[in-house]
Amino acid sequence: MDFQPGIILASLPMFLDGLWVTLELVGIALLFGMIFALPLGIIRAVNVPYLTQLIGGYTYFFRSTPMLVQLLVTYYGFGQFKWMQDQWNAGNSFWLLFREPYFCACFAFTLNTCAYTTEIISGAIKNTSTGEIEAAKAMGMSWITRMRFVILPAAMRRILQSYSNEVILMLQGSAIASAVTLVDLTGVGRAVYARYYAPFEAFIFTGLIYLVLTFAVLGLFKLAERRWLAHLKPRKH
Amino acid sequence: MWYDYLGSILTGAILTLQLSLLSLTCAIIFGLMTASAKLSPIAPLRWAATCYTTIIRGIPDIVLMLLVFFGGQILINHLAVKAGLAPFEFSPFWAGIVTIGFIFGAYFGETFRGAFMAVPAGQIEAGIAYGLSRTRVFFRILTPQMLRFALPGLSNNWLVLLKSTAIVSMIGLTDMTWLADQAGRSTRQPFIFYMIVCLLYMLLSYASGVLLKKLEKRYSAGVIFGAL
Repeated sequence: MDFQPGIILASLPMFLDGLWVTLELVGIALLFGMIFALPLGIIRAVNVPYLTQLIGGYTYFFRSTPMLVQLLVTYYGFGQFKWMQDQWNAGNSFWLLFREPYFCACFAFTLNTCAYTTEIISGAIKNTSTGEIEAAKAMGMSWITRMRFVILPAAMRRILQSYSNEVILMLQGSAIASAVTLVDLTGVGRAVYARYYAPFEAFIFTGLIYLVLTFAVLGLFKLAERRWLAHLKPRKH
Repeated sequence: MWYDYLGSILTGAILTLQLSLLSLTCAIIFGLMTASAKLSPIAPLRWAATCYTTIIRGIPDIVLMLLVFFGGQILINHLAVKAGLAPFEFSPFWAGIVTIGFIFGAYFGETFRGAFMAVPAGQIEAGIAYGLSRTRVFFRILTPQMLRFALPGLSNNWLVLLKSTAIVSMIGLTDMTWLADQAGRSTRQPFIFYMIVCLLYMLLSYASGVLLKKLEKRYSAGVIFGAL
């Protein structure tokens, strides 16, 4: 039961591949999650009849069920339907994507992070102080101008803290990708364990990489805060 | 037919509930220990607690679970052989509970720490001035007031904990996700079973939301909220 660093050294190329898969998955999910969450968050905050409730239902579903189950539904679940199988047999290239574990993971992760981000954004928009909105109205700004120049810039600054939490949750949540045969960082850890029967080397090293990634994310958000929340820093002069 | 498997999935739901409640107990114990370590005057204790919360919050739960489940077995065998005992099997159930409790202990610790600090120091001083012992002050004065500040954070953590129990199916525990997976394979109707699991999870979070609201109300008795 000795700790053998040789195993880690021998599997370094595998770990690098896994790291790349994890970064890609998380990056794609966060990017598309943000792109979809922005309009959804605005609609959720400004109360458009039916649409707001619909988005509320979507976020409720994705926030109250485990991401693992969401991933399994996407990869294994849809194949149950005759219609889907017909599409696959017909060679429909869009629906065939749902047989690719990589696409399914991106799909499920994107929808999941989008739900959380939508709530974060809509919460920040709702928190805009009434005085600011009144002032913008008094200046004769239209709804779009108000949103673009007053509400959103302030709201996007306010989300930084809670969004950094979401990014870290996503990074760690992505570790379940190995459940659909993807070889991400955790998948490599499991493969190394299976090959050498060395759980400590495999999983401690995997954990360390995640730890470093988490610190990197936190550092990036610190920089972002210094850039965009500079006006909230305590006075030094 | 799909409803033949409903009973088995409900059994899994009970296991999920058991697992989450036991992990919650475990996490609260770890959390209280962490909070007292972080607030203690002894510096090494504070450092140890900070290390624990930082490391745990930076590593995915599934990785820790795999480490405890597979590594724990080897460690136990190793220790058992050294102590001259027969090796015994490390059950995935307890591995899951200990790991989830250990992970969420870090989160609960932060919540408790903030809540303890939110109780005005005058309350403790008043208790001591009345001649109450330290333990009395802790249980009769500090804890009931602390809970009011801790409950919002606790309910958040609980909902996350509940959802993260789904990953124990990846170490072979027969929770509802695992049973749904099996039922889906044998009936070739995985969608229905996963959706049932989703509904059960939603039901559990809804029910706990209602319950926690009541608790919050109970522990906010006598607090006057400013009118908006």
